[in-house]
Parts: sequence; structure tokens; C-alpha cells
Amino acid sequence: MQITETVREPAMSKPHLLVHEKKDTVGVVVVEGLKAGTDMLGVVTHDNSDFRLTAKMDIPIGHKVALKAIKKGDTIWKYGQDIGKAIADIGQGEHLHVQNVKTKRW
Amino acid sequence: MSSIVANFDLVKGKLARVKGRKIEAPEFKTPFVKRPTGRSLDSFMGWRRENDRVGVRNHVLLLPLDDLSNAACEAVANNIKGTLAIPHAYGRLQFGEDLEIHFRTLIGTGSNPNVAAVVVIGIEDGWTKRVVDGIAKTGKPVVGFGIEGHGDIATIAKASYVAKEFVQWATELPRVKCGIEELWVSTKCGESDTTTGLSSCPTVGNMYDKWIPRGVYGVFGETSEITGAEHLCKARAATPEVGERWYKMWKAYQDDVIEAHKTDDLSDSQPTKGNIAGGLTTIEEKALGNLEKIGRECKFIDILEPAEAPQKGPGLYYMDTSSAAAECVTLMAAGGYVVHTFPTGQGNVIGNPIVPVIKITGNPKTMRTMPEHIDVDVSGILRRDLTIPQAGDALIENIVRTANGRLTAAEALGHREFSMTKLYRSA
Repeated sequence: MQITETVREPAMSKPHLLVHEKKDTVGVVVVEGLKAGTDMLGVVTHDNSDFRLTAKMDIPIGHKVALKAIKKGDTIWKYGQDIGKAIADIGQGEHLHVQNVKTKRW
Repeated sequence: MSSIVANFDLVKGKLARVKGRKIEAPEFKTPFVKRPTGRSLDSFMGWRRENDRVGVRNHVLLLPLDDLSNAACEAVANNIKGTLAIPHAYGRLQFGEDLEIHFRTLIGTGSNPNVAAVVVIGIEDGWTKRVVDGIAKTGKPVVGFGIEGHGDIATIAKASYVAKEFVQWATELPRVKCGIEELWVSTKCGESDTTTGLSSCPTVGNMYDKWIPRGVYGVFGETSEITGAEHLCKARAATPEVGERWYKMWKAYQDDVIEAHKTDDLSDSQPTKGNIAGGLTTIEEKALGNLEKIGRECKFIDILEPAEAPQKGPGLYYMDTSSAAAECVTLMAAGGYVVHTFPTGQGNVIGNPIVPVIKITGNPKTMRTMPEHIDVDVSGILRRDLTIPQAGDALIENIVRTANGRLTAAEALGHREFSMTKLYRSA
């Protein structure tokens, strides 16, 4: 293996939101200072498909946003896997974190 | 404030202010160095030790057997330049499995191929000899001193003469060309957030997917942080038998440690406060990101006790470690691994005294606020202008450069965290 010049693929628009798998019900905000009302570009990393979603709240980088309306008790899906359950209703585009989601384990 | 600048260019001709910091750090652009083109990433210049293992560093260690011997080791390190003392907190009245881990860690650290020679100092001769004898099996020079009956000053004097001989001998050892398949590369992530699972952990995974088939030794661990992804981890064992052994080990940890000692539901420890600030909500979410470090293809071929060296040939191993960064890296270094890859999200600053710790982040905020700690920036993955395979190649290039002698950020900043794992209270 030799060092080669890094060939960048043609830049697509910079996403606001990344989602691991199609099955997921949450995405991760990947830009700093995201404001409520932003028309977000989301990308599913598994197949590079994209979508738009409006942020309902200011959401910090690295934090999650609900991709659809989630009812209390619903399973939260990320990486195509169960990562816990909603402990409150969560609206589409809302901030999803420890205030409304908890592990099922403990 | 003006700067006197020679042979450097100031970026944009002015001091660059780093947002959120009080100190104005001048940002220098180092002179352009044209690197030879076509430089191979298949080999590096390392030190071939007496037992044929290859190291990427050439330390002369002053290794305390116990907490009481730290002062003497530090005094010798002060006397003899180019040596390295690694003080630690334990070594008295340990027993059973805890004592076994203590000896494995000390002997493994001294035996690591990044170490050329070792002076062991202990409070008494018996256990000091046990560590000396263990390290001596590698064939490298090792000498031990017991303090009792002599005192610190005489011990320091004798040990200093030996350390001086060792360091002059070691500094003349030539580097030789070694194949990358002779590298042992460990991984453990820290201050994880959602970006680690999206970018820096898959970067390490991509490196393993490319290098494990070529004969590199790998290892991952963090038993508590697999919780939530245990079904996926078990499925990554090379055989059902290894998978069953792995699951039994993981379950024993849950039952014997977590259930026995918890005072609440662990939600305040796993995920950590730093993880939660970074956006991780549950232990399952953290575990799924963590497991991205072993890539898409790799299967682990055996399970190692803490600080145990692999015995089953090249491949990926699982080591039963704590998820605390310094404890885990210390155990993997004692297992014989010579380079560590450390994905971080929120910005862990860890290093190790004998093993270069390469830090990788995909978090643009961390890259902006604490760039001096990061060796490989993969934040382009979040912007979709860098692919995981390209990031894996960038990590591979950085590992080879590090193996060739480039100091990591942690080495340059003096991070030498050496943390012994302790299972229970001493007798």
C-alpha cells in the first residue's frame, strides 16, 4: 500500500443530520448551533439517501432529533437496534435525550 | 502583542484567537516539508527485541514494584536522563486474582517491546525478584533492587549506575525495517459521544478490517461498555465456543460486579456525564457506537484476561478490561500491544508512558476547541466530504508515521497515565 493523494468525492450539500439505518427513529445533529425552525438536510449513512426535516427546537451538535412522532413507551431505534424507550411523548423534529428516553435495562 | 518569527509563517499574518479560550495562541504553520512520494505504508523502522517482537519506542523503564518504591524510581529517573519512571498506587497486601493482575501488569509492562531495558525497585527482594524473573523471559536486560536493609539512598545510587548503563546501551540500538504485520495495535475509545459511533470508531474499524487480514494483532475490551450490544459482540466471535466463553465472561461481570455493588441503576456512571453532554442517552446507544471499532469483517479469536498476552497467533482479541481509559490502555500495553488507537468525541486527553496513543475525533467542536490533543481529524465524515475508507487510510498513515517515530499529541503533551486495575480491597 502506498500513500496516495486523498481523492475527495464531489461534495454534496453539508447535512445537518445523520441517520445510521433506514429503520432508525432518531438522527444525530452534526452541525453546531442548530436553531429551531431550520429546514434540515438529513442523510442516511447506510445508503446515502437524503430527506428534509424541520427542527422544532434548538439542538446541540451530537444530540438526537426524533424523525417521527414517538409515543411514550415506544422503542427508540438507532443503528437499526433498540437503544431504549420513550418515557414521554416526543414530537417529530424535537430534541430526544435523557429527559424523554431511558434504557430498558436499568 | 508582537511575535518574533523565524522560519515560520503566521497564519493570516495575525494571532489566531481560539474561541472560548482566554489565551491567545499564535497559530504557526510549520515550514512545508516535502515528504518522499511513494513512501511505503507496508513497513516501518522499529526495534527488534531479543524475543523477536518489534517495538516502536525504546524506553528504559524504572518500574516500582509497589507504591512505597515510587520515590526511589523517580529519584533515579531524575539522576539519569532518558529513563522513565512509572509510579503507581498499589502493590502491598494484594492477594488472589487481584495480585495476579498486579504481577501480570508489571511484568507485561516491562516485557512490552517498546521497552528496551528495565530497572525494578521494590520494598523487599521476594516480589521484586518475581517481576525481574518475569521480564527476564523476554531476554531483555533487567535488574531489580530491594530497598529493605539498604535504604532509599543506597538503592538509588546502585540503581542509577545500572540505569545509566542501560540508557547508553539502549540509545545505540539501531532501528530496523519491520513489516506492518508485526505491529500489535490496540483500541479503546473515551469521552464518547454520538460522533464517535458515526466517525472515529468506524475509522478504527476500517483500519482493523484492512490490517487484521494482513497479520496485525488487534485487541478491544471495555466489558461494561459492551452492555446493550452484547448480542452483536457475541456474534462477532470467530467460533460459537469463543462466543459462549465471551458471553459467560460478560454475564459474570454483570452478576458479580454490577449487581453486587450497584447503589442505583448506573445511569449516572454509564453513560458518563461527559457522554450525556455529548448527546449519548443510554448505555445501549453507547455500546453500539463502541462496537463500531471492530469494523465490519473482523472476528475475535480469543478472550484475554486483563494484561494477558495473546497466545493464539495474529488476529483480533477481546480483553476483559474496565472501560476507564487509563486502566484499559495500561492493561492492553501490558498485554504486549505497541500502538493504541483512541477514538474520542468530547475530547479525552489520555496518554500512556510506554505506548503512543493516537487520538481520532470526528467532532468538529472538539477539533475547534482542543485540537492540540487530536492526531487524526475525521470530522469530514460528518460533512460527508470524507468516507470511512478514506478515514481508515488516514489513520493507517498516521499509525505508520507514529511507528516511525513521530510523537503523538499525548506524547508531546507529556501524558503518561499508568493506572493499575484493582479488583477489591487489599488484605
